[in-house]
Amino acid sequence: MRRGMTLFRTIVVATALAAAVPAMAQQTRDGLNPTGQNPTADSVTEEFLFKQEPKIGGRVSIPDGKSANLIQPQGREYQAFREGWLPWIGGIAVLGILGLLTAFFLLRGRIALDDPGPDTGKKILRFNSFERFAHWMTATCFIILSLSGLNYIFGKRLLMPLIGPEAFGTLSQWAKYSHLYLAWPFMLGIAIMLIVWLKDNIPEKLDWEWIKAGGGLIGRGHPHAKRFNAGQKVVFWMVVGFGAAMSVTGVVMMFPFAVTDINGMQVTQVIHSLIGVVFIAGILAHIYIGSIGMEGAYDAMGSGKVDLGWAKSHHDLWVEEQQAKNASVAQLGTRQVPAE
Amino acid sequence: MARMKFLCDADRCIECNACVTACKNEHEVPWGINRRRVVTLNDGKPGERSVSMACMHCTDAPCAAVCPVNCFYTTADAVVLHSKDICIGCGYCFYACPFGAPQYPKVGNFGSRGKMDKCTYCAGGPEADFSTIEYEKYGSNRLAEGKLPLCAEMCSTKALLAGDGEMIAQIYKERVVKRGYGSGAWGWKTAYRETIAI
Repeated sequence: MRRGMTLFRTIVVATALAAAVPAMAQQTRDGLNPTGQNPTADSVTEEFLFKQEPKIGGRVSIPDGKSANLIQPQGREYQAFREGWLPWIGGIAVLGILGLLTAFFLLRGRIALDDPGPDTGKKILRFNSFERFAHWMTATCFIILSLSGLNYIFGKRLLMPLIGPEAFGTLSQWAKYSHLYLAWPFMLGIAIMLIVWLKDNIPEKLDWEWIKAGGGLIGRGHPHAKRFNAGQKVVFWMVVGFGAAMSVTGVVMMFPFAVTDINGMQVTQVIHSLIGVVFIAGILAHIYIGSIGMEGAYDAMGSGKVDLGWAKSHHDLWVEEQQAKNASVAQLGTRQVPAE
Repeated sequence: MARMKFLCDADRCIECNACVTACKNEHEVPWGINRRRVVTLNDGKPGERSVSMACMHCTDAPCAAVCPVNCFYTTADAVVLHSKDICIGCGYCFYACPFGAPQYPKVGNFGSRGKMDKCTYCAGGPEADFSTIEYEKYGSNRLAEGKLPLCAEMCSTKALLAGDGEMIAQIYKERVVKRGYGSGAWGWKTAYRETIAI
């Protein structure tokens, strides 16, 4: 084999020399090649490649094809967002909404039960047990997801100096596990709520009138509303929309390179974090009005039954609908059929 | 103290991948992870060049900046290292790294990211030098033995240089002056915000 190669090489070299002799005699001088150019003049340079594309990539012979990216300076932009912009955006969104809610609470106070409807003492079923289960499963996941999510941004700034790097590392590891595992029941909860409450959340003309009337938040009295008023519809669509966006971007990041390349994942993380902090701000407002912001509102998701007076003033058209249904099926007095 | 850097002379690299293999073997790097790789640019065309690339141990390292648990630290030799005890495998360092250095074994949730692994400049980790636990987590600690990274030490054409930034820059400058050409210090502008002026 080796002898064969040597023989082959000798023949090749001899042939090449025979062909080149007349040419060499004319053109070669000072060891330059026939074209007279520097043999490395056409070699690629970093500067040239960066002018063509924002990142430099090539070919690798190891099986890991994604390691063929040589230099991708976009990481610096991602860094500028994550360390420069995001803590400020997140901080302003979360603290801003808390400030606004506090100000609203101080100005408006708690919206009382007898404002204006009287406490009748009678109860009407607003959310059945399955609806409440879906809500609280999603809500529990959301709270843990948002705390573990905020930990990615603020943990090292606020918590780490307090508890030390080892304890913080362990805590963050569990936070990450919870963030990844609880994402799935959260997504399931969003899907259930979408199916169960979609038909009551279609925007209609009544909603516009509700908004124009200030929704009972500003001023006194309550505009007409069916099962969900315009404010609740906004919360519903925010949860469904942001929930879907968070799910898609989250799953993309959970499986690196399954869907997109590194620049795609950088953008995905930016979207996930920005929607995340706005989502948290929105849900804080939802928590406020569903608990301390309005007397009687918590019962809807607590026991599932609300005061009839509260229901009549806040969701008058829905109560009429329910009572009409009751009459038609001849149900007992205060006992109401579940609202689907 | 020295300011350790890597420099790959692309006009010398012959893409033999020995640096890749040596690194993998020296540190018993987990399956699926390569701390160093050789990228060939303009493959098969005139002006083709190969560059050996790993973690560049950047100045103001982006990985360290974006880490949500601050698991990175810079040694006195300016080597960027991290603690696998604190790392949570979130993937942010890998989003931020300009050189694709951080990699993750597929042992995390849903076969996703485990604890990050990257080039240590053959300098081990936060554990005691030469301890078994240090070797298991980060590989061997040649720097503590007074040796340079193995990839550069055994490079067949001496294309890959490792050592104090000023010293390797000087070696590269001399080469370029003597042979009359050089395609530059790949990645230096991105990693160290400076390049080698010749």
